[in-house]
Amino acid sequence: MNALQFMLSHRSEVLAATREHLILVLISMAIASMIGVPLGMVIVGHPRLRVVALAIASVMQTIPSLALFGFLIPLPLIGGIGAHTAIVALVLYALLPILRNTYVGLTSVDPSILEAAEGMGMTEYQILFRVRLPLASSVIMAGIRTAAVITIGVATIAAAIGAGGLGTFIFRGVAMVSDAVILAGAIPAAILALLADFILGLVERRLRVV
Amino acid sequence: MRNPIIEFRQVEYQISTISSQPILSVVSLQIHRGETIALLGRSGSGKTTLLKLINGLRRATSGHVLVQGRDVRDWDIIRLRRGVGYVIQETGLFPHLTVRENVCLVPQLENWPSDRISARYVEVLQSVGLSPSLYSQRYPRELSGGQRQRVGVARALAGDPEILLMDEPFGALDPVTRAQLQREFLTLSRDLAKTVVFVTHDVREALLLGSRVILLDSGRMVAEATPQEFVRLTHPIAREFLAAAELATGAPA
Repeated sequence: MNALQFMLSHRSEVLAATREHLILVLISMAIASMIGVPLGMVIVGHPRLRVVALAIASVMQTIPSLALFGFLIPLPLIGGIGAHTAIVALVLYALLPILRNTYVGLTSVDPSILEAAEGMGMTEYQILFRVRLPLASSVIMAGIRTAAVITIGVATIAAAIGAGGLGTFIFRGVAMVSDAVILAGAIPAAILALLADFILGLVERRLRVV
Repeated sequence: MRNPIIEFRQVEYQISTISSQPILSVVSLQIHRGETIALLGRSGSGKTTLLKLINGLRRATSGHVLVQGRDVRDWDIIRLRRGVGYVIQETGLFPHLTVRENVCLVPQLENWPSDRISARYVEVLQSVGLSPSLYSQRYPRELSGGQRQRVGVARALAGDPEILLMDEPFGALDPVTRAQLQREFLTLSRDLAKTVVFVTHDVREALLLGSRVILLDSGRMVAEATPQEFVRLTHPIAREFLAAAELATGAPA
């Protein structure tokens, strides 16, 4: 049986897994953005916190994803088996690109524009929200896009700790030594990643100034 | 004796106390209401620093800078800056805001009622020779250098400041546009009766627009003269500037 036939005959299962996968990714991305963007804004003015935050986020990225899921299982509250543990791991992965791009975007605004803003009597708060943030928005969106593509890929491994999603097919396929079953998970995941990349790329271009 | 609107008392500015060469050394200067002061000097002469001391973008290392009789240190810096228009080269416009949003920023921050903001927008755009309706929704990138500079002046005037600071306002323009904007600015500044301090390295611009020219060299004020007096100055730096201008144009200014 080839992959297409398998997907067609199991289409309701594939669709359900895709929906699960998408929900995992959306929740993780929402949380990661809600942490990453404000944290990126804070570290612009706090060099010591910046070093620590970027270091921690970078270290998270270096931990192999399967190991990170494993590490989280025994932890109280955030750990255990299931979707919530997977979300914690996915957030940790998504954080670095969002945090780094927010920081880079906010700090790469043309200094002469910032000085004009200051000279016009804008407060620091107004400069951040009315000048820096809008001018950094496309760079921040690029970070979110990178994070989304990573998260869609890594989320397939979440099935290993019982979080469901398209990874279920991949793990089952590996166990069954069936390419068709693996592809039933891998193809929709790849399509999701391409779609996310494309759509967020459009958003990014819309936000770009000049 | 009327009170100066801007006064420098024994002002010194240096970046660090270790370096021996201050950026500005002992400048004392009084600027009165309605004057148009040209700060003339070469790159690195300290003229831009002198300008930025007025709106607190730079803080004097020693001495006092007084604006409307009050030390800049004692001003609420946001209040001070909202009352001082600031024009820099064309890059200073906010690229993510339309012409109208750029121009109306200070009135909006000051919470003016919206009908007053609209009226002010029309007024200042007309005063710089741009059609208010034609340009309101345009972005800075869609404008020519000269148009951007006009918008920059309109933006600085929008909050109706008593003082206007201009840092090489016409520096980035082609010679024809520059001459046109200079002429217009001359008319405009006479009509507005504001106190203007502008920085330039162009002696012709300083003599054309300034009611008084302050010549700076290596952080020192080396001469202070009306345009009429300036051309007769014997100071070597002043002679250099005059000679360079004559050479460049082939005819005396």
